[in-house]
Amino acid sequence: MTLKLAKEKWPGRVLEMVIGQDPWAVIAGGDNTLPFHHFEGEMANRPVAALEIWDVEPTDWPEAIKAQFEGVLDNPVAWAKKCEDYGADMVCLKTASANPEGRNASPLEVAATVRAVAEAVRVPLIITGCGVEEKDVQTLQAVGEAISGYNALLGCATANNYQAITEACMLHGHNLIATSPLDINLAKQLNILISELDLPLNRIAMDPLVGALGYGLEYAYSIIERSRLGALGGDKMLSAPIICFVGQETWKTREARTEQKEEWGAQTRRAILWETVTAASLALAGGSIFVLRHPETLKQFNEHILALMKPNSY
Amino acid sequence: MALTGLEIFKQLPKTNCRDCGQATCLAFAMAVATGKLALDHCPHLSEAARENLGFATAPPVATIKIGAGGEQLCIGNETVLYRHDKRFENPCAIAISISDTTCNDEITSKIAAIKKLEFDRVGQIHSVDMVLIEESSGSPERYAETVKLIAGNTRHPLILKSENPVAIEKALDMAAVRKPLINGANSTNYEAMTTLAKKFDLPLVVKGSDLNELSLMVEKVMGLGWKEIVLDSGTKDAGKVLADQTQIRRLALRKYRPFGYPTIAYAAGGDHYQSVLDAGVYICKYAGIVVIDSADPADILTLITLRLNIYSDPQKPIAVESKVYEVLTPDPDSPVYITTNFSLTYFGVAGDIEASRVPGYILPVDTDGVSVLTGWAAGKFTPEIISEMLNKSGIADMVSHRKIIIPGGVAVLKERLQEISGWEVLVGPIESSSIPGFIKQHWRA
Repeated sequence: MTLKLAKEKWPGRVLEMVIGQDPWAVIAGGDNTLPFHHFEGEMANRPVAALEIWDVEPTDWPEAIKAQFEGVLDNPVAWAKKCEDYGADMVCLKTASANPEGRNASPLEVAATVRAVAEAVRVPLIITGCGVEEKDVQTLQAVGEAISGYNALLGCATANNYQAITEACMLHGHNLIATSPLDINLAKQLNILISELDLPLNRIAMDPLVGALGYGLEYAYSIIERSRLGALGGDKMLSAPIICFVGQETWKTREARTEQKEEWGAQTRRAILWETVTAASLALAGGSIFVLRHPETLKQFNEHILALMKPNSY
Repeated sequence: MALTGLEIFKQLPKTNCRDCGQATCLAFAMAVATGKLALDHCPHLSEAARENLGFATAPPVATIKIGAGGEQLCIGNETVLYRHDKRFENPCAIAISISDTTCNDEITSKIAAIKKLEFDRVGQIHSVDMVLIEESSGSPERYAETVKLIAGNTRHPLILKSENPVAIEKALDMAAVRKPLINGANSTNYEAMTTLAKKFDLPLVVKGSDLNELSLMVEKVMGLGWKEIVLDSGTKDAGKVLADQTQIRRLALRKYRPFGYPTIAYAAGGDHYQSVLDAGVYICKYAGIVVIDSADPADILTLITLRLNIYSDPQKPIAVESKVYEVLTPDPDSPVYITTNFSLTYFGVAGDIEASRVPGYILPVDTDGVSVLTGWAAGKFTPEIISEMLNKSGIADMVSHRKIIIPGGVAVLKERLQEISGWEVLVGPIESSSIPGFIKQHWRA
């Protein structure tokens, strides 16, 4: 006898987002089945990974990760190049210097740095604000203009500030990250609001505010899985690819930061596993774009994804 | 494919004898249909009806018990494809493998390492579940010796892995009392292995070279009258295992009988990162048991935490008790943070206060364990409720000031809260990760 397999045919698919420019453009999303279910559908693009850099030297990153970028942490251009050397698909530059509680750098100053990074690397850019909603609007407007036409991915737009950031993306040809706090309905609502401003859905990446392993991973896992099922089921407003800021969440956990704790094993291995397993499980749930911090995580994540991308048809 | 109450009723004796505790056979049938009662509460069921109904009303994935006494564990009994549909029931068991070609000294030290793999997480101890003993020596004597050595040094339930029934039988001489999982039956040895499983009343791994062969093999073993089964689709490649696990779970949920059992999956040996990542895939995607070679605490802590996350019940928000919490060592001048009692929210805020190195008090308001914005939207995080907590918690006697910090996401509560509580309200950051910067700049008692 031959076993009758249980294959699904999904009516919808995840939209395909193009970031950057040929020949270095990165394509994310586009799947018409669940992650790595090659036996019943098409996963045209593998999940892609960016390494995160800051435009000001981070003070609270653990040594385990700072050591990987020795000598470049105070130089975003050199730091970005280093990420490219490490094999990152993209560089994600967080404009932390703009934070009003920190250096409070002006939008123009930030934009000049972003421009310098954009000119120095070939891979596409993700540019995020400092996380203060009003300031992010000003920063991202200036940044959008400074790298007009680079087709970068800008964020993060929230329900409070999406209008101006969406306009900047439309005006200067960029993609947009739409952030909503761990809630599928809020995520969908924000997508609807943004598309009403005429930004095509395939230029929106949803950021559900993921939690790290042990710190709410399961909420993100299920919201991503539900979004993916929604997209495959034909819900257009949930079909934008999903971006997961894994690095920033992982590297604030006790498991990644604690140096000496014999019963937890060696810190480097533990921290890299924490980051990699967080990313890998969210890829399994349906994430398409991953922002990581440690180059070894990048390497292991990519190797793992490559293995899962091998055909598994019957 | 669940049966309706009426369909079940048709096969009952219809005597209304009440031996099941229900008033009528129909009431009993309804209770069985909704899963409230098990079929075996009816002592008068005919063999044929038991067979028909037993399968139809059984959970799609059988529960398999491994191990003896207090160390016994259950796998299986799963009912969904996605955890958000209901929940995953029995956490995937994590087994560490040891080969009988390893020298005794190394075995002893690996067992000692496994014993240390216990982790405290929010007050609960989590550990490795099983030890798999692999026969690769080709010698039943050496295998039995290895099993004896390991069984004598660990409390964990055992998996005995050999394709040679002679080696398994020899090991069972002394290990059968531990109720190990026999691993296992394949197309050439299944008769002998099934005989052993039946003789000692032990669960049995049935392996096929692919899904097709696996289903045939399971039918053969079931034909021999054994139903304590764990499935192995014979694949090692992570992507293929993912596909096989998905097919097995989907078909089980469609009540395809040969696949109605929990599964076992093996993470590749060799490079540790990739092997942990493979194991992670199997934890997320349906394995009943995941086997890994590594006993490194970093590897196992990662996997145990992943399992905890994936197997937590999505319908039950995890809440912390609503009371005053002290972070670091606060004094009467320390800031007071208001948040909700959703455990993640609370732990996030606590961690970020710790990171600020400024001691503080946290008052998690009882929102039935939901987050700040959800609680606010649901009317569970209102000025009235916060004010009541301020009064009842005793915080007024603990601090000399009258200032509280509320989450930035609910800044709209400020005016009304000030008015009815009499406390000055500072609007904190939207994300708790900004607490360190916020507190340094804005806190003056």
